[in-house]
Amino acid sequence: MSFYGLVDGSEKSLVQFLDQLSGVDQVGAESRAAMLATRSIKTTSKKWAIETAISMVDLTTLEGADTPGKVRALCSKAVRPDPTDPTVPSVGAICVYNDMVEIARTHLDSIGGKHVPVAAVSTAFPSGRASMEVKIQDTQDAISAGAAEIDMVIDRGAFLAGKYGLVFDEIVKIRDVCGEKAHLKVIFETGELVTYDNVRKASYLAMLAGADFIKTSTGKVAPAATPPVVLVMLEAVRDFYTLTQRRIGVKPAGGIRTTKDAIKQLVLVNETAGPEWLTPQLFRIGASALLNDLLMQRMKMSDGYYASPNYVTID
Amino acid sequence: MATKKQARVDVKKTYKLFINGAFPRSESGRVFEVTAKNGAFIANPALASRKDLRDAVTAARAAQTGWSKATAYNRGQILYRIAEMLEGRAEQFESEIALTSQITALKAQSQVLDAIDRWVWYAGWSDKLQAVSGATNPVAGPFFNFSISEPQGVVAIASSVSFIDFIDAIAAAVVSGNTTVVLVPGSLAVPAMSFAEVLATSDLPAGVINILTGSLDELAPWAASHMDIDGFDITGIDKKKRGALKEAGAENLKRIHAFSKGQSPTKILAFMESKTVWHSVGV
Repeated sequence: MSFYGLVDGSEKSLVQFLDQLSGVDQVGAESRAAMLATRSIKTTSKKWAIETAISMVDLTTLEGADTPGKVRALCSKAVRPDPTDPTVPSVGAICVYNDMVEIARTHLDSIGGKHVPVAAVSTAFPSGRASMEVKIQDTQDAISAGAAEIDMVIDRGAFLAGKYGLVFDEIVKIRDVCGEKAHLKVIFETGELVTYDNVRKASYLAMLAGADFIKTSTGKVAPAATPPVVLVMLEAVRDFYTLTQRRIGVKPAGGIRTTKDAIKQLVLVNETAGPEWLTPQLFRIGASALLNDLLMQRMKMSDGYYASPNYVTID
Repeated sequence: MATKKQARVDVKKTYKLFINGAFPRSESGRVFEVTAKNGAFIANPALASRKDLRDAVTAARAAQTGWSKATAYNRGQILYRIAEMLEGRAEQFESEIALTSQITALKAQSQVLDAIDRWVWYAGWSDKLQAVSGATNPVAGPFFNFSISEPQGVVAIASSVSFIDFIDAIAAAVVSGNTTVVLVPGSLAVPAMSFAEVLATSDLPAGVINILTGSLDELAPWAASHMDIDGFDITGIDKKKRGALKEAGAENLKRIHAFSKGQSPTKILAFMESKTVWHSVGV
């Protein structure tokens, strides 16, 4: 088998490919990300950035305490984030646990939200500690319930132990299960990968195995989507495009709570991967609290005075 | 060989803002000058911007639940602790007030002592408010009916330039469980920031009192229109400018008050809301 003509899927070829990647200049990546974070985005650009960010939000609820009612409320918010203003775009997707997929899909369809896809976190999210059979079953379950996007976690233990082949095979198998029916996002949990070098290796590993998106974190581990980590991943998708002519998406998740954070991410995308990536098809932000802050900033811009959380819905 | 003792170089204080229990510079980087009666330079306090106000409101909102849910006894203890700290630094406040305002050293001294007494007076109200303002109401039905006073939430204060009025306004707002953003005009910045140092060492939770120095003309309209501020004490605002602030505050039905001088429990109740609870008898 050949993957983009770069590796043949064997452990040996993977190690060979990943080892020839250059290491990440840690100081350089951090200072570049910090420098880009100082960009000031104002007025019309800010309005555009806020609306673009809203359309990129994967509105997420991944709690043990989730109820069908909460998921339905979140779906309504996803379609019309600001009920008082129809010009606010719908969010990128709804992201829920497997058993909530059907509830979300049905509710979205019934309220005119057919255009909002449902993403499911599968493969024994968030730890990924289950047998391969269970992970495959989990994914099939989500797809048959109507999930159009699968967020899978990699086996971090295997990755850190250097068992790249194992991680690669898992992604390939889940990719096969998704087939044409669902997009595949691969979650690295960068907080557990420790180094930027590992983030870069994991990015290539996932892209070679057929990921449509690479995603930083589950949101359950801190640190999560820090700007330098996202920068390293954006560089990876950019370089992968040069190698293969295929654009892979990036999804930072976890820790992005304010409009300022979100706009920093958009600047990173524009300056690293390029403006082609500034679309919900190629960039998503996994978040829950962020949407309210985006809406409040938007209100501030249109009303001319500071908004209050009392006037946006509590998730 | 005998060496002459060199003249010592003063260590000047950098005046900053007090937001969320920390002392940041103004986001804008601006400062203004405070001078003595004779025109001599005293300090460069920070000139707060609307974004500092925004940050202070966020901090005050975050601190609101904890402060209002603290027991009245605990709030009283912390406020009394602040009075202890004030007492220990009374001389510093006296000299700062005498230096920066038009009053004499003797008057400054009595004002500081009065301010401390005023603070203690308000602190004492924390566990007595409910007894005075709450009520069991007579109703024509088989119900118990209670009215309980609750703090409003985040209160902004546009302080007048006198130190005792500044102390009075803050104490009245926070004793019931409100959190505050205090806008301090002109030369009051010097004793106000020393007061912030008192707050920082008194076990007061971060964000309960936030102090911004600068121009009321610049900050008050932003505070008046801010949707996340529930009450606004505009005692320090020029009478002619109050109308516009009240108009801006109407959007979220902000309570806007200006008070006369002197201590009064009505100042506490002005930023409290009455909650009425019905409870059926025999259940």
